[in-house]
Amino acid sequence: MELFTLGIAELNSMLERREISARDICGSVYKRIEAVEGSIRAYVTATPEKALEMAEQADKDIAAGSKKSLSGIPIAIKDNMCTKGILTTCASKILSNFIPPYESTVTSRLLENGYVLSGKTNMDEFAMGSSTENSGFHTTRNPWDIGRIPGGSSGGSAAAVAADECIAALGSDTGGSIRQPASFCGVVGLKPTYGRVSRYGLVAFASSLDQIGPITKNVTDSAILLNIISGRDTQDSTSAPVEVPDFTSVLGREIKGLRIGIPGEYFTEGIDAEVEQAVRNAIRQFESLGAIPVEISLPHSGYAVAAYYILATSEASSNLARYDGVKYGIRAEGKDLLEMYMKSRAQGFGAEVKRRIMLGTYTLSSGYYEAYYRKAQQVRTLIKNDFENAFRNVDLIVTPTSPTAAFRTGEKTDDPLQMYLADIFTISVNLAGVPGISVPCGFTSGSLPIGLQLIGKHFDEASLLQAAYAYEQSTEWHKRKPAL
Amino acid sequence: MKYEAVIGLEVHAQMLTDTKIFCGCSTKFGSEPNSQTCQICIGMPGVLPVLNKKALEFAIRTGLATNCTIASYSRFARKNYFYPDLPKGYQISQYEHPICEHGYIEIVVDGTDKKIGITRIHMEEDAGKNIHEGGGNYSFVDLNRTGVPLMEIVSEPDMRTPSEAVEYMKKLRAIVRYLGVCDGNMEQGSLRCDANVSVRPVGQKEFGTRAEIKNINSFRFVEKAIEYEIKRQIKVIEDGGKVIQETRLWDSNKGITESMRSKEEAHDYRYFPDPDLVPITVEQTTIDEIRAGLPELPDAKRKRFVSDFGLPELDADLLTSEKTVAEWFEEAVKAGGQPKAVSNWMMGELMRLLNEENRSIENCLLKPEQLADMLVLIGKGTISGKIAKTIFTEMYKTGKDAGVIVKEKGLVQISDESAIEKAVDELIAKHPSEVERFRAGEEKLLGFFVGQVMKAMKGKANPQMLNDLLKKKLSS
Repeated sequence: MELFTLGIAELNSMLERREISARDICGSVYKRIEAVEGSIRAYVTATPEKALEMAEQADKDIAAGSKKSLSGIPIAIKDNMCTKGILTTCASKILSNFIPPYESTVTSRLLENGYVLSGKTNMDEFAMGSSTENSGFHTTRNPWDIGRIPGGSSGGSAAAVAADECIAALGSDTGGSIRQPASFCGVVGLKPTYGRVSRYGLVAFASSLDQIGPITKNVTDSAILLNIISGRDTQDSTSAPVEVPDFTSVLGREIKGLRIGIPGEYFTEGIDAEVEQAVRNAIRQFESLGAIPVEISLPHSGYAVAAYYILATSEASSNLARYDGVKYGIRAEGKDLLEMYMKSRAQGFGAEVKRRIMLGTYTLSSGYYEAYYRKAQQVRTLIKNDFENAFRNVDLIVTPTSPTAAFRTGEKTDDPLQMYLADIFTISVNLAGVPGISVPCGFTSGSLPIGLQLIGKHFDEASLLQAAYAYEQSTEWHKRKPAL
Repeated sequence: MKYEAVIGLEVHAQMLTDTKIFCGCSTKFGSEPNSQTCQICIGMPGVLPVLNKKALEFAIRTGLATNCTIASYSRFARKNYFYPDLPKGYQISQYEHPICEHGYIEIVVDGTDKKIGITRIHMEEDAGKNIHEGGGNYSFVDLNRTGVPLMEIVSEPDMRTPSEAVEYMKKLRAIVRYLGVCDGNMEQGSLRCDANVSVRPVGQKEFGTRAEIKNINSFRFVEKAIEYEIKRQIKVIEDGGKVIQETRLWDSNKGITESMRSKEEAHDYRYFPDPDLVPITVEQTTIDEIRAGLPELPDAKRKRFVSDFGLPELDADLLTSEKTVAEWFEEAVKAGGQPKAVSNWMMGELMRLLNEENRSIENCLLKPEQLADMLVLIGKGTISGKIAKTIFTEMYKTGKDAGVIVKEKGLVQISDESAIEKAVDELIAKHPSEVERFRAGEEKLLGFFVGQVMKAMKGKANPQMLNDLLKKKLSS
């Protein structure tokens, strides 16, 4: 048995029993990276020296009897979270030389818990995309079929977890960017409630929607990481002063009587037949575990994608204004200030980022603001209300994570609208700010993973994890590994 | 045709907080460029703003002192534009939901009170500074000022003359200084003013097209710039032209305003609520607490000085324009000084001496109690009013007590009648022709005799006794 195939919980017990060392794990993961990274290309920056140094420190801590909850566990970090002294590019040319002099709150918390940084993972540039094809550097491949994309924007993190190039990873999710790649790569991806995890040090795409969460090999590891990264942070005004329960304590509790809502709007045309079948089977599995399925309606779902692409691009157009070549990042020479700005941004940003900046600039413009931005905010309120109404009758909502399994590289790059629809089932969750998790629930006839999405009430990640764990333990899907 | 002007002012006041509005950097003025910056105020990727509670409190204080309604719900918005001194590419400001609205302040115009409406007061962050030095094809950017908290105080278009605008600015400055929320220094830019000016024929209800005048950095320029702009607009209209809506820049060297950009060239700032900052909710109890902590404001003090101390309006107005001056006055009165006498000495000698060396009253060596003591010496006849001037100047320079100076310099007034009489007799003997002329009716020569005796007695003669003696001797 190779150590790189294991999860956090298993490695933790082995470390506690002193059967293995942190250096062993680090060596195993790096051996795996050397073997498969050439075909997967999950990382923008691998950090072998740093990882070894951190693993040695972990071994010292363990020897001194002060093992921490992540001592010696190699974790991959999406390249939009700032790591002090380590290149943080957002997979953008404009930040291709950016080394932050500060640490994001999430990675600070991982550091306090003794983690080992395996490297910074690839993503769609500034997290804008659903396939990782918008990376300014290279495309990551799906470990289940390297002719296909891993999903996005956290495609590097999801692929690294699925290919065992790390033990677990952090991703960020603005419209589905954790859940959709987790679904495409056959791993567990959790987007916590907006405000549950600090965004300090997360390079902003759309501030009112962005949320960091774990991508893991199983539900237990998801709970372990969520315990560590959650909680109020005085450096992020939008992080909520809400108590953080021990999310691992609910794992294993039975789900008899749990009411799971099935929204009719999510099972209509456009959904792949095999995906629908797998999700229906999963619902039956929940029933057999004692859960009660309830037909529900989320009537404004049809407006979610449109509202999302107005709000997210509006915020992005402003968030990305700071990349002007003046202070850091790439600067192009120009004959005057305006030309320097224009050339720097023209050369530094990729096509999708430019498209979204233009769209967002337009929707915020005087004369259009009312028709677009304000209207979209109103739609957002209606969508939030949909969920609140639904949660009066049910404890959780079950949907497919994505209407299809992973698509082929290049299949949707010429059609942004088709690409945007890959997030049709995940976007509402961000607009409403509620938590969502994707867990493996089957495979297509072509052996591609299918994801099941569970959606919970605000700050009720515990119920999500409890139900996801019960489901996972009653199935074998999470045990399959891609043949690499 | 007769025209009247319509004037509204937008005033930016730098708040006197120790740290910036969204990070912990110092707000100290004049430090080494970029020494007071961090990843937050220079807008590095991924950082987030957190509101400085002191800035919120200062804005609420100002709102309460200007009779505003304090919003129970307010929020920050982003004002988007590109400029190198604006590191995030947007300024965090307030737009749809400012912290204070619907207030007013009172000014005195030609002896009567006039209310000038305050449309709104909002909080925002200051930008940095571009420095064009060295003459090369480059500029420097200093981000020390970036993120220093500002209040923008927007008036209603309630002013009609340049002098009303000046009075409004002066009153606003006095209020923010009383509150301790801004140092009011226009030259250093901690109080800045833009003016919206339009003209219309007297009697017309609708406003004319306005121009916004920027770069007005002293009280004198408030008056000059608005005066110039009013004349310019009237001339445009009388020449058959139309005033266009535009932003104009005041050039204090040339004494004119010049077009900066037209309405068509105006920026579209694409304001929208800042998603990085949660809405601000202010509880009534917080407002009540802040209100309870407000100092006595200039208007209230002025009225009290008139009613309690019997001071004329003019004195009360001047003494209350600065809190420190008013406090100095009250201390002198408390120490026994007669109010009007204290006022006279302060508005005359003290202000002259302070102005001469551009010194503030807080740094004055002469203390209020010492002025009160000196007034007692005058009252007792120990020193004359004339000598007192000399003594006062000496007190001001050295900080010594009046009594000490009197002793050191032997300045005690001579009230010994025989000594004065002796000097008078000597003088009369020396100037027979002048005595003759005086007796013939040339009474203004009395001054000559007083002066000569004083000179002979080194100014120490009791003036009343001297007068009486001279009159007696000359007319006998």
